[in-house]
Amino acid sequence: MVVWCPDWSVVAALEEAGRSSRSPAAVLAANVVEVCNGPARTEGVRRGQRRRDAQARCPELLLLPANPDRDARAFEPVLATVEDLRPGVAALRPGLLAVRAPGSWYGTEADAAATVSQALVEGEVWDVRIGIADDLFTAEQAARTAEVQQWVVVPEGGSAVFLRGLPVHALADDGPRGRELVGLLQRLGLRTLGDLADLPAEAVEQRLGAHGAAVHRRARGADRDLFAARTPPPELDADVSFEPALDSVEAITFSVRTTAERFVTQLAHHQLVATGVRVEAESEGVVCSSRTWLHPRHFGARDLVDRVHWQLQSAGSTSGAGGSLRGRKDTGRVRAPIDRVRFVPEVVEPAAAHGEALWGSASDDLVERGVARVQGMVGFDAVQRPVLQGGRSPAARQALVPWGERAVDLRPVDRPWPGRVPGPAPVRVFAVPPVAEVVDDAGREVRVTERGVVTGEPRRFRVGDAGDGQGLPWQPVTAWAGPWPVDEGWWSGGTGPTARFQVVGADGRAWLLVRAPGGWTLEAGYD
Amino acid sequence: MSSARSVAARAPGLDPGRSVVEQLRERVAAMERRPALQPVPTLPGIAGLVPMHAGSTYAVDSASLALALAAGASQAGEWVGFAGCTDFGAEAAAELGIELSRTVLVPDPGEHWLEVTAALVDVLRVVVLRPPASVDERTAGILDSRLRTRSAVLVVHGAWPRADARLSVEESRWSGPASGTGQLLQRRARVVVRRGARPPARADLTWPEVCATEVREVRRASG
Repeated sequence: MVVWCPDWSVVAALEEAGRSSRSPAAVLAANVVEVCNGPARTEGVRRGQRRRDAQARCPELLLLPANPDRDARAFEPVLATVEDLRPGVAALRPGLLAVRAPGSWYGTEADAAATVSQALVEGEVWDVRIGIADDLFTAEQAARTAEVQQWVVVPEGGSAVFLRGLPVHALADDGPRGRELVGLLQRLGLRTLGDLADLPAEAVEQRLGAHGAAVHRRARGADRDLFAARTPPPELDADVSFEPALDSVEAITFSVRTTAERFVTQLAHHQLVATGVRVEAESEGVVCSSRTWLHPRHFGARDLVDRVHWQLQSAGSTSGAGGSLRGRKDTGRVRAPIDRVRFVPEVVEPAAAHGEALWGSASDDLVERGVARVQGMVGFDAVQRPVLQGGRSPAARQALVPWGERAVDLRPVDRPWPGRVPGPAPVRVFAVPPVAEVVDDAGREVRVTERGVVTGEPRRFRVGDAGDGQGLPWQPVTAWAGPWPVDEGWWSGGTGPTARFQVVGADGRAWLLVRAPGGWTLEAGYD
Repeated sequence: MSSARSVAARAPGLDPGRSVVEQLRERVAAMERRPALQPVPTLPGIAGLVPMHAGSTYAVDSASLALALAAGASQAGEWVGFAGCTDFGAEAAAELGIELSRTVLVPDPGEHWLEVTAALVDVLRVVVLRPPASVDERTAGILDSRLRTRSAVLVVHGAWPRADARLSVEESRWSGPASGTGQLLQRRARVVVRRGARPPARADLTWPEVCATEVREVRRASG
């Protein structure tokens, strides 16, 4: 039995975009229509059309990017639904799956097809077509001839008869090789699969090679290719319920300890470790707190318990992340009593990739534990790990990642980043740049014109309130370099054209001052 | 011999030119001493000026000096931490040789700065602390006694009542920029070390490659 969901890429993309499946839409790859749906086809959009042609035919066409991962992801629930009815499902590609026809269990084969179709439609997959036949190829062709939510059953031994009438175009779905073959067969005057099947097998193999011979076997319905059914993925979630529900963070973290250990050993049993885990807490059957945690190495039981603690604590403190340190430490109560905590592995990796070094890493473990204690004192995100990233200003070139999290969305360092300030990196980078003033000989404020011309030579400067509360009084500029003009993010209303200056003060300390349309700020110091 | 070589490859800080057994013996001897006497790896440019020992406190008055003191240990494979440094320059730290993957940052410990520093001292080798405005003798004493039982070094950037050595920048010059041309290239600073009643020692240090040089030709960095 083959279940076919036509135009699956479009269905999956529309679902992800939250659009109606009735609007014309097409999935494009390399500016060429890869798949389009029914409404788009009635407007004249075809596969292989260029983007502009397709838009000319149908101006309201919704263009969606191709994403095979998304298609496969969206197809997973369909596989699971069919798997519930009959195990041994093989995903041939997103939108097409094969399963051994559940014969007498549901009565006849047509009844089985009806059951599968109904289950999928209940799962809101509207366009389902089912074909049942002796072999895979015939079943797929049967599914393609079926109507929406209908099925075509090819009787046992009837594959050859069924295939005879089909045009050779049916072979075109077999990738570029298939399309090439279709063209060749048409030039040879073979219009239907029956014409091809009538040829002697040796002649086909001599003329068309091994691929042709395989196609010939398929066209005669003699191909006994079976599929490799997938093994259902093991259930790796672990959860714990509390009866009665608990409302104190300490009690919950204490109670999840054994579950966390079970979760880790269960993964270890499959030679896996989790590097990303979603922790869900339920209150009266409703998930009230859910968060994905990433680990720079992999999660141990103790790490998981810590994550539960932090998550519930931050969910429980009324002032949230902005609360004072002391307040955060004292909040021991969660907002609603928790009656279930669940660990869901989001990213698992083979344990072999995370093995301990032969000589151990005892001191690193010690550090991890010590830092976890600091996190317990001042909060999870107050302990950080610096990482480098690409950017133009010194502040943009570094990122502070909470300890125990993995850095995500970093800009690549190995790009040229034109406009960045050359020379040694500044030692002090102010998170909140203090306001500064820079004046020329006549005491006028130094400005930078739109063309990057400096209006006067910087003579004196002062900083209003340097990061730690002590500003710099007026002092002469002994040397300066710049400007390094940059206009970042102008397409989305950025800061406007800015220019950076390296300025050396009277005491021999150098500073990085920035002139923005709003005025001068002290961005960093070479202290 | 191959096993000895692999030992040298595994254990950072071993000199491949000398006998591995001899070096390991030295290490064992160092470990058997009180933790407070163990030497802490220091950048070569600074080692001559102020050899660092575990259990000591060093006060500095510039962020560059604090980074330079931490860089040696980090290069040798140790963990370092920065508490209270809201303006940590990660790129400059990496340029000086600090391994960022072994760096712990607590930018704003707030009122818990003492507990946080004590906890970091327990597990890290070098802890750089930017203390709040006023620290009394007693508070410093608490950290001091904690330091003595651990093999860590405390580098304080700011005012601190008791320190084994105080490093300060006396005079600093930048080469590179003139009026509107060039770029910052190299900093040369006269660093003064005051330890106890001894007469102050002075040396010239250069940045970003920390080395104690008297006269050194300034190479123009390309790009």
